Amino acid sequence: MTAVGRFLGRRQGHKGAWTVADVLTYAYLIVGVLVMFGPVAWLVLSSFKTQQNLLEFPPTLLPLAQVTTAVDGYAERLPLFDVILEDGSEARLAQVRRIGLMAQMVDPAAPDEVLQIPIELRTPVRELRLATENYTESFTRFNFLRYLRNSVVVTVTATLITLVINSMAAFALSKYRFRGRNLIFLVIISTLMIPISVILVPVYLVVNQVGWINNLWGVIIPGAATPTGVFLLRQYMLTIPDELLDAGRIDGASEWRIFWQIVIPLSAPALAVLAIFSVMWRWNDFLWPLIVLTRSEFFTLQVGLNAFQGELQVQWHFVLAMTVLTLLPITLVFSLLQRFITTGIASTGVKG
Amino acid sequence: MAVRTTPLQRANALAGRGVQGLYALVMNAVGFVVEPIQRVIGQRNMAYLFLLPNLLVFGIFILFPMALNVYFAMTSGTALYPQDRNFVGMANFERLYTCTDYANPNTCLEDRFWRAARNTGVFVAFQVSGMVAISLLTAMVLNRKIRGLGFFRSVFFYPVLLSPVVVALIWKWILQRDGVLNAILISFGQDPINFLLNGTWAMTWVIIVSIWANMGFYTLILLAGLQSIPVELYDAGAIDGTSTLQSFRHITMPLLMPTMMVVLVLSLIRAVQMFDEVFVLTGGGPGSATMLLVQYIYATGFGTQNPRFGMAAAASVTLGAVLLVATLLQLRIGRGSERHLA
Amino acid sequence: MSPRFSLAALFTAALLLGTAFSQVELRMTWYDDGNEGQVMRELLDRFEAENPDVRIVMDTVPYSSGILQSLPLQLASGDAADMVRVTNLGGLSEYWLDMSPHLSDPDYWETNFGPFLDWMRPAGSTAIPGFMTQLTVTGPFINRTLFDQAGIDVPTGDTTWQEWAEVTRAVADATGTPFAMVMDRTGHRLAGPAISQGASFFGEDGHATIDDEGMRTMMQLMIDWHADGTMHPDTWIGSAGTYVAGNEFFINAQVVLYMSGSWQVGQFANLIGDAFDWEVIPNPCGPMACTGMPGGAGVVGVANTDHPAEVARVMEFLTQEDVMAEFYGRTLFIPGHLGLAESGIDFQTDVDAARDALSVFASEVPRLDPTAYAMQAYPFNFVVFDSIRDRLTQAFVGELTLDEVLERAQADIDEVLREQGIR
Repeated sequence: MTAVGRFLGRRQGHKGAWTVADVLTYAYLIVGVLVMFGPVAWLVLSSFKTQQNLLEFPPTLLPLAQVTTAVDGYAERLPLFDVILEDGSEARLAQVRRIGLMAQMVDPAAPDEVLQIPIELRTPVRELRLATENYTESFTRFNFLRYLRNSVVVTVTATLITLVINSMAAFALSKYRFRGRNLIFLVIISTLMIPISVILVPVYLVVNQVGWINNLWGVIIPGAATPTGVFLLRQYMLTIPDELLDAGRIDGASEWRIFWQIVIPLSAPALAVLAIFSVMWRWNDFLWPLIVLTRSEFFTLQVGLNAFQGELQVQWHFVLAMTVLTLLPITLVFSLLQRFITTGIASTGVKG
Repeated sequence: MAVRTTPLQRANALAGRGVQGLYALVMNAVGFVVEPIQRVIGQRNMAYLFLLPNLLVFGIFILFPMALNVYFAMTSGTALYPQDRNFVGMANFERLYTCTDYANPNTCLEDRFWRAARNTGVFVAFQVSGMVAISLLTAMVLNRKIRGLGFFRSVFFYPVLLSPVVVALIWKWILQRDGVLNAILISFGQDPINFLLNGTWAMTWVIIVSIWANMGFYTLILLAGLQSIPVELYDAGAIDGTSTLQSFRHITMPLLMPTMMVVLVLSLIRAVQMFDEVFVLTGGGPGSATMLLVQYIYATGFGTQNPRFGMAAAASVTLGAVLLVATLLQLRIGRGSERHLA
Repeated sequence: MSPRFSLAALFTAALLLGTAFSQVELRMTWYDDGNEGQVMRELLDRFEAENPDVRIVMDTVPYSSGILQSLPLQLASGDAADMVRVTNLGGLSEYWLDMSPHLSDPDYWETNFGPFLDWMRPAGSTAIPGFMTQLTVTGPFINRTLFDQAGIDVPTGDTTWQEWAEVTRAVADATGTPFAMVMDRTGHRLAGPAISQGASFFGEDGHATIDDEGMRTMMQLMIDWHADGTMHPDTWIGSAGTYVAGNEFFINAQVVLYMSGSWQVGQFANLIGDAFDWEVIPNPCGPMACTGMPGGAGVVGVANTDHPAEVARVMEFLTQEDVMAEFYGRTLFIPGHLGLAESGIDFQTDVDAARDALSVFASEVPRLDPTAYAMQAYPFNFVVFDSIRDRLTQAFVGELTLDEVLERAQADIDEVLREQGIR
């Protein structure tokens, strides 16, 4: 009970002896690492598997490929197997071919004698091999740099626009009294939970009328005025004391200056949350860009990598390789920024 | 915080100044346009100017399509443009709500809508409570003094970076008949379980996977909330002799409440909107055990060769109305608790 | 605002490309199952070399969300490409271009593509919208090595689905294979066996009707096979609203028999390799027929293209006999060209099993039942197949009874047809 209590309390920071709470903490963290990161690590490993290896039951942890060897008298390299011979001994043989239930095999050291081996007595010899061709080959079919540029343009532009227009609106809704304020807020709130996937067709019609089909603006703008963002920022800005704003006004600052010099810096934590939200959403958005963009020069990474999903076959090896590549830039950005983001949120503090 | 600076920190600081300079430059430039406007329309009316860009985009790309959607709900036919569609009044809604027994979806004309509605209720209730509980626990663990904090923080956040489709794919391979999880079960001498072929298991895993994929985001917000609670409050509590359990109840929880409200609202929105993860993981199956309302609407109005725009619109209008009521209730409760705190 | 600049640069570049040379740019929306996109690109490159005034850009999209779901919206709003590769040829036929005024030899098209042209034009029309990139035929694959290991002979001659269920169960039991059979999760795969059992799919008034003895028999078989563990449940039960393929189970020798179709051949040749012997068997029989389903995908012109003549030129190039022979030969697709079907295609594979399989599928074509062709040509076949698939699955998990399945599926179909203003 005390252990639980100590855990629930504020960080302890003992020197020396480990308490039960410490043990629990690290146990939780280690399990957490396995559960949270294990699947991702497995994704990365899988992206280096051959198509055969990927479809295999039960799945192998590491990318494996059958070992082949050159045998005198055979033009092609032959696959190696571990075989249990009639006398019960084990041998490593190369398979010439398989006919029905029997395999014709040779000893690579003595290639002249062909042995007949029942197929259930042989197991393939496999080694770790990274199928890097998943990456190289998909590059010839996949205009990675063009898609990357489109994804970056969409994500960065959309996030900036979202932050700017949402924070302006939130500022107005939280810091001014004006006619229609409650009505406007109510209308925005009422659309808060409607996902775009249920109004796809009407939004498409509007974008079509505006003339933004096959135009990155058609992807960027429609989601920019996200009600979630307005709501989040407004709730946060309500906690900023009005006195700060009035002090600015007394000093002769314009409303615009008060907005960008006082309100925005004080709202940094909420803006950071919205920024993460927006970046994740835009970077991974797939369905909407696919509907609005039909020309491949405008495709984003998500649209491009999903094109390996055909009618009857999915080329998983390419999908996985491109998925890992798509993860790289955003992983890089976040590993650079994550310290800044968390400490940024923490140092300003969410107001209590 | 260490006093000495590394080259990376110096570079960060420099970049930070650069960004600030650019920010000031751009904002001042906008000010040249905006400040004269303030002189014309007056300080109070500036609110409308601040609202304008957002409302413009919101009005054109969200509000107007939603109004269009309401009109679609009252029409039938396959035509795409509203002027070509047949007005049928409330016929779609009547069909949607026709059930002889609302507890039994099989007696409804649109049985899948009602199954989906029930599934969505179960999903949202368990997903949101699980999400909040696990995020809070993780945030409290990460709030302790631990070695490698940055590493652990990143690990818990990382799945947030994955696209929903990728999340579902990874977990599909883990959960399928010959997947990783069953391999582990077998190695412990257990019988394998067909997680995705049993309705209850499938719903359980859909909830777990969606928590797995999104909890990092909420953990981050809660962690920030926890760290903003002044340490002095706990020290004062310690002197008074309050137990740690009491300090959690009387210091941590009340001060974390506003952050919790944000997390609750955001996770609720995301839960109701959940679609891709579930769709790729289970396709809504087995049977229709994990079909959620958004999937029903999507499948009826878009994911088919013969869409029924009218019915999909009627279902989404219904969903919207229910959500509106839920949001307003939640805000009222939230406001109540804030007042209670004050 | 650098993103803005690069965006502007992008548009300028696109604009320049469009005007600098007085070249017609045609767009072809495509999807890929395997290598056919690469082969098509090479053929188009050849066309461009001969016709410097036309440039063709292939935009490859995912099949399900791109071709099936987004394309109809883009067609309806007039934003689609000049040419598209689709499977829903009949349902969207109002949007296709009639190329006949621009073709030098329309008779060549009628002679070689006649029956398939009917799939892609409204009933009674003589329009020529495009050609088939592949014809598909459904049918079962078997794992012969498992039969050998079990010491059970592969049945020959006219066999029934019930016999196959029994014999594959015996093979699975003898060899420790987890399941006897698996079928792709789609009503299209079920339709062949159902027609063999006597399902007629159309009522007397020509309206899509599914409740008859034949369909009941087939559905009951499927319910029984799922209940007693004959069928691998992961395809059908594993989803509620999507296609699920069973190819992984066959490749990994988890099943003895796999009900799928000709498009699997190329993949099996690559992925099964030497692991076991596999082959295609003729479609088993029921009381009424021994049929699979035809199907396929085609490239069609889109009516609101600005360059109908150029579209027709590209299509004429692609449909020359030698070009088509190369395309089908390299992609291992069954030809949708009657002349080539007659003379045979030199399939470019060194896997004997693949050649044999393709020839069995080719010989299935004349055995297909007229109902199967009628169903393939029916413009609303998607709703029939989808509702059978999703409703029948609900019976497997106990949400519906067989009677309710038939009633619900029919109601789904009627509702969609009513929206279409047909009934």
